[in-house]
Amino acid sequence: MSSQDMTPAPAPGTPAPVAPPRPTGRLRRMLDSDIFYSWKRSPVTVIATFTALFLILMALMAPLIAPHDPFNPASLNLMDGFTPPASASAFSDNWFLMGADNQGRDVLSTIMYGSRVSLFVGFMATLFAVVMGMGLGLAAGYNGGMIDAVIMRVADIQLSFPAILIALLIFGVARGVIPANQQESMAIWVLILAIGLSNWAQFARTVRGATMVEREKDYVAAARIMGVHPVLILLRHILPNVLGPVLVIGTIGLALAIIEEATLSFLGVGVPPTQPSLGTLIRIGQQYLFSGEWWILFFPAMTLILLALSVNLLGDWLRDALNPKLR
Amino acid sequence: MTEPLLSVRGLTVEFPTRHGILTAVEDIDLDIMPGEVLGMVGESGAGKSMTGNAIIGLIEPPGRIARGEVLLKGQRIDNLPPDEMRAIRGRRIGMIFQDPLTSLNPLYRISDQLVETIRTHLPLSRDAALKRAIGLLDDVGIPDAARRIDDYPHQFSGGMRQRVVIALALCAEPDLVIADEPTTALDVSVQAQIIEVMKQLCAERGAAILLVTHDMGVIAETADRVAVMYAGRIAEIGPVRDVIKHAMHPYTAGLMGAIPRLGENLDRLSQIPGAMPRLSAIPQGCAFNPRCPRVMDRCRVDRPGLLEPVPGRRVACWLYPEEAQA
Amino acid sequence: MLAFIIRRLAQSVLVMLFVALIAFVIFRYVGDPIASMVGVETRLEDQEIMRDRLGLNDPAVIQFLRFVGNAMQGEFGISYRLQQPVTELILSRLPATIELAFASAMIALVFGVVLGVFTALKPKSLLSGAVMSASLIGVSLPTFLIGIGLIYIFSVELGWLPSFGRGEVVDLGWWRTGLLTETGLKSLILPAITLSLFQLTLIMRLVRAEMLEVLRTEYIRFARARGLTQRAINFGHALKNTLVPVITITGLQLGSVIAFAIVTETVFQWPGVGSLFITSVQVVDVPVMAAYLMFIALVFVLINLVVDILYFVVDPRLRVDGGSSGK
Repeated sequence: MSSQDMTPAPAPGTPAPVAPPRPTGRLRRMLDSDIFYSWKRSPVTVIATFTALFLILMALMAPLIAPHDPFNPASLNLMDGFTPPASASAFSDNWFLMGADNQGRDVLSTIMYGSRVSLFVGFMATLFAVVMGMGLGLAAGYNGGMIDAVIMRVADIQLSFPAILIALLIFGVARGVIPANQQESMAIWVLILAIGLSNWAQFARTVRGATMVEREKDYVAAARIMGVHPVLILLRHILPNVLGPVLVIGTIGLALAIIEEATLSFLGVGVPPTQPSLGTLIRIGQQYLFSGEWWILFFPAMTLILLALSVNLLGDWLRDALNPKLR
Repeated sequence: MTEPLLSVRGLTVEFPTRHGILTAVEDIDLDIMPGEVLGMVGESGAGKSMTGNAIIGLIEPPGRIARGEVLLKGQRIDNLPPDEMRAIRGRRIGMIFQDPLTSLNPLYRISDQLVETIRTHLPLSRDAALKRAIGLLDDVGIPDAARRIDDYPHQFSGGMRQRVVIALALCAEPDLVIADEPTTALDVSVQAQIIEVMKQLCAERGAAILLVTHDMGVIAETADRVAVMYAGRIAEIGPVRDVIKHAMHPYTAGLMGAIPRLGENLDRLSQIPGAMPRLSAIPQGCAFNPRCPRVMDRCRVDRPGLLEPVPGRRVACWLYPEEAQA
Repeated sequence: MLAFIIRRLAQSVLVMLFVALIAFVIFRYVGDPIASMVGVETRLEDQEIMRDRLGLNDPAVIQFLRFVGNAMQGEFGISYRLQQPVTELILSRLPATIELAFASAMIALVFGVVLGVFTALKPKSLLSGAVMSASLIGVSLPTFLIGIGLIYIFSVELGWLPSFGRGEVVDLGWWRTGLLTETGLKSLILPAITLSLFQLTLIMRLVRAEMLEVLRTEYIRFARARGLTQRAINFGHALKNTLVPVITITGLQLGSVIAFAIVTETVFQWPGVGSLFITSVQVVDVPVMAAYLMFIALVFVLINLVVDILYFVVDPRLRVDGGSSGK
């Protein structure tokens, strides 16, 4: 997108400002772009970006940087259980920055591994929703007619129900269908499927709208007349025009997917206990809310909040930055 | 000479933007006499509407009046507290907007909008206000006004809605009506009727009109005097006939040349070369200098102020002797 | 108007049939109904006889029609887990959920509209900034964490309010209410707030966005140009026009309160339909899942209808003879 497109739409009668001449060079141009300018201008967004990056890096590198391996029974000592934060266990040499949980696992390490699961499920589910929603949205918007009517009707119906309800249903169905001995290993994929399926409609609706607009434009008509294959038209001409909005809802959708995963795991229908996500950790920690071992709950909860909030803030900023008219 | 109804002195409107302050309207000087119709023409972006909005105190932030003053019957109104300014709007200065389709609140009956406006400004009972409202609708030429007054805006056509807008602007008998492109959004067939209704009703009530438009034809038929705007400044101001027949500013001359006359046999329409500069790129000196056929060295350096080479006619151009400056 | 309502009704029936189809597929094909009803020791021949008697060998279309017929009479079979008629189970838990949903809907609506209008009218005030930031945090916070947080503050630390259950209930024959006792009301506060917060932020952001949009319209500028008072413009013209689109979305949001209650009911151990559903998903109690799905769909369809009719009442443009002149 050129920089001129990004200038805020002037109020009626307001003269449009003109950008001063720009230096050349890709990096220079990026650093001078309006997007970067608006990012720089919003300290909240800058903080959110670094927080999100930090948490993602922490999750990615968990096996390398985690002080303990919380899932290796050999390294666990039940006697370390309930060690408060920033103290050493009374029974072993282990020291715990964020304390230890009921089974003597290092809370910090479980958070690192837990974020991994949460982020993996969140990213995969969002990717699933994006691919499915974009595919159906493009098909609906480009073809119109019956296909469009059916797809959008289903999307409408689904959008009127909360995603969590749909995910729960899909999860319940999958549980009934998958044989018991495979449930554990399939659980994470079922979860991704459930969350992804419950979120595709938003993407489909947006992409369809943008597709219908682009479809009517002359260059698409010209390509059609020249006999370019519809798939090629969709990929080359229409797809690039819908990527902006998809990026925005995708980012906000990622935050939603992370929250959804945490909620399902908290409800006890998410990932198996052997692979705890942040939601599972919170579920465990909640049991010790009344007995005073607050750290088992507090640190995973804060991590989840920071993760969801920073991604959400990024999405919010992105929406404003890409949609100057909304400001 | 009688005292002017409205005087604008050195009015300058600025918009702070990311790339610096933009001056939308600069150094506007004009007077409107009681009962007079002053036309204001110019290309879009020349600052005509902005001037109208500044007079009535409706500039959208972050825009602001940076300098100058607006006087209504000698009283300064540009620096009034919001509530006093509000009492002047609608009561002493009425306004007509461009698009009648969007000027009326779709969820309110015509009667509600009229009665609300009347009772805001005049101490009337609901019934009396309603009676007055029906009378007004009658005046602006809405047939069967007593029955139609309880309709919603969408039940009227565009032309009829603009008549309602005129009724709303006039409902508290203002001294001045600012009409901002009142016919631009309408079908050509109803434009003349709307102008006629507006002009006639204002004449009956002795209200002056500031008619903002880009349509020189409308000005020629309606206005007593005309102010030609270019790039946020007044280029020329004077009686309509004189300005049309003997334009003093080269821009006005070009503008008149761009209107084909009946009986003239032209191979092609004349036009002014180039385009009006964006407000962020107004050249040094006279803003018109890059397009001016009679440009001189001085035009590229100094900006001309409004001179009065002939009594009653003022022009911002170095072609005329400076001693005559008003 | 009548034609419009009839068309809407027809659409609602279609939606219900669609949902019924999904419910039927779940009901019939997830797990084996016979295996869930009888013990392992029942002979295969007997199972086959039961299969025949229950009509499970009939063509799928007949079975679906029978399912729909039964559903219309409120007949959804027997819960696998509790061995009770599903309808009875749901009805006995319905009052708890409805009281909770209603209380939180009221909180969300009142505070949502008030805060939305305030932040739109005073966008630059400090309080608006604080409210907007809080709302952003609000949408990023998973409901269950809000619940846990409230429990921690008001039950664990302050000891003011109960952390679980409904308190004492009064039996009014067919309705067991918690609204008539002190403990019942006290127990309602935390869950109702928890459930309302998400909707509250949504409504508030929606009202704010709509209001800002309306304040930019020409008819508001014209109202200013006519010298109407700030009060008449803001709370008459602008608010009324804001509320038209808000009604639709808000109405639909209120429907999802009942569905969202799943999470809140789990956190607060609230004996409602939502917690019934969660346990059903966990143990794959198919009849309850199918019935719950139908129940939620019915709630949504009914709310949709009411919203449509309300829309008609509020917006005169829709009322006119066929709306041909409406723009």
